[in-house]
Amino acid sequence: MVRIRVCEESFVEPILKGEVRCPVHLYSGQEAIATGVCLALSGGDYVFSSHRSHGHYLAKGGSITELIAEIYGKEAGCSRGRGGSMHIIAPEMGMLGSAPIVAGTIPLALGAALASKIRKEKRVTVSFFGDGAAGEGVLYESLNFAALKKLPIIFACENNFYSTHLPIRECRPENNIFEIGKPFCIQSYRIDGNDVLKVYEVSKKAVGQCRKGQGPVLIEFITYRMRGHVGPDDNIQGTHTDIRSKEEVEAWLKKDPIKRFEAFLIKNRILKNEDLRRINQEVEVEVKEAHRYAKMSPYPNPNELTKYVFKEN
Amino acid sequence: MKKLSYSLAINEALHQMMESDPSVFLIGQGVKSPWYVGNTAKGLLEKFGPERVIDTPVSENAITGTAVGAALAGMRPVVVHPRVDFMMYAMDPVINEAANWHYMFGGKSSVPVVIWGIINRGGEQAAQHSQSIHAIFAHVPGLKVVMPSTPYDAKGLMISAIKDDNPVIYMDDRWLYNLEGEVPKETFSVPIGKGVVRRHGLNITVAAISYMVDESMKASMELEKEGIDAEVIDLRSVKPLDENLLFESVKKTGRLVVADGGWKTCGMAAEVSARVSENVLDCLKAPILRVTLPDVPAPASRVLEKAYYPTFKTIIDAVKVCYKHERGGDGPPCL
Repeated sequence: MVRIRVCEESFVEPILKGEVRCPVHLYSGQEAIATGVCLALSGGDYVFSSHRSHGHYLAKGGSITELIAEIYGKEAGCSRGRGGSMHIIAPEMGMLGSAPIVAGTIPLALGAALASKIRKEKRVTVSFFGDGAAGEGVLYESLNFAALKKLPIIFACENNFYSTHLPIRECRPENNIFEIGKPFCIQSYRIDGNDVLKVYEVSKKAVGQCRKGQGPVLIEFITYRMRGHVGPDDNIQGTHTDIRSKEEVEAWLKKDPIKRFEAFLIKNRILKNEDLRRINQEVEVEVKEAHRYAKMSPYPNPNELTKYVFKEN
Repeated sequence: MKKLSYSLAINEALHQMMESDPSVFLIGQGVKSPWYVGNTAKGLLEKFGPERVIDTPVSENAITGTAVGAALAGMRPVVVHPRVDFMMYAMDPVINEAANWHYMFGGKSSVPVVIWGIINRGGEQAAQHSQSIHAIFAHVPGLKVVMPSTPYDAKGLMISAIKDDNPVIYMDDRWLYNLEGEVPKETFSVPIGKGVVRRHGLNITVAAISYMVDESMKASMELEKEGIDAEVIDLRSVKPLDENLLFESVKKTGRLVVADGGWKTCGMAAEVSARVSENVLDCLKAPILRVTLPDVPAPASRVLEKAYYPTFKTIIDAVKVCYKHERGGDGPPCL
């Protein structure tokens, strides 16, 4: 969680300075979900993600150096500078890709789950998406097909209450995403997405169900993004301000998943304050070094503009 | 070699590929029903079981996305749309995801999927049951588009499409399903991006694809009687386009008619015309003419339908106009 937070916050300054230009959707505030879910997975499991995907990539074991280099548009990036922040991938870790077309990767995750089923593997696939995706028809098609074929897939909906600028009350007659699984006979949960232990516990159960052929599972995680939809705040492009009230944002800052887990660790004498400081320092050093490496590493060669349109057989 | 219908040639390709490669599977609406897919899926379910021959609910977006996702996870799926019109629902997984994937991840992941769309028109089926939208897909970087016109190519291109590591749009015309031809029994590939000369000729080139190849052959036989020796090229792939074959033919004949079963504006015929004029303009003795559908939705009534679809007669008329036209100069400069 700390690694994700420090990594995400490290982009604020480069974005404001114009060093990072691609659209960056920061995951700050939602770290407990990626962390808890991916901890419940094993190395061979698959995940797909959306535009807000850095947390999932890191939690699934993607390289922080390659992530940061990608966001600077460098050849050393995980997508060789062709994808930017919204297209990150670590196939060797089972992170099969992320894409910003809302709900676009949900059926792809369905396909990965179907592939495991055809091959009779025990692999589980997680599809991460936001509350905005609950407005897309393909989610319902996917829930139906997943349930029909009993696919080993977890639909992980991170409800942060805002679909870009639009609050959920203006998107749905009721704030009830977890209920959309029921008509398809899908085991569904709604849990506190800022409680990493709870996230892990429910995810582990869901993973177990999927491995036993009792999938799919839908989990709605209630959470909140600390930053804007894109960039550090919603005023980044000077077009609109964050419509969220100051009181609302402050109330959620108190539920910061990292502070909550740190308090738990101290209270239960698992770690001391100095341990927490050390963890933070180590991560700060790692992230700083990754930025340094990314900045000095070369951009893609413009002569290779047309490379990768097709794979050569 | 043996005689096989076009649809059974596809069926044979699927049988052989599913047998030789366990990662190949067929998914889509109606794979259990000849009403949907003719006899292209004959015997597959019995042989390979419901795990690899998957009939689906009407959910084109999710099902096509499923095929794309399975390809990302190491499979080689074939997803069928028994009516290409319904494939419009699947534009996101095809265009946003499959086509872009290899590029936008810097070559880290590829999408070996065949997206098979059957053109199913005529019979007063009207605007939403008749469309031929290959040009839309050819426009998109990252997609290959093939349109076989013979049973031989129907099998060989399906095999190539399945073996290809990229998303391939395989579009066949149901009007061709009963067409018979010689097809080798063994597994073989027809290279994607390679056209073929169906009839050698000296006076004019007729470049066609899919159903229009047969019409062009009929036209060439009629034209022969009138002393016009037409060369007929079957492009076989809309993308990549076999430019060299086209250019060499036009250098020889100096005249070109393009026959395509899609619409005119920004269509395949327009692209062929542009490539030829960009590259071998000096060889042209007449303007390039296009024989296509008019820019009109498909009508229902048989009278309108008859006026809508171009035939060998439309091609003959275009060839005659092109043949009579003289741009000036002293004969073909390119020979």
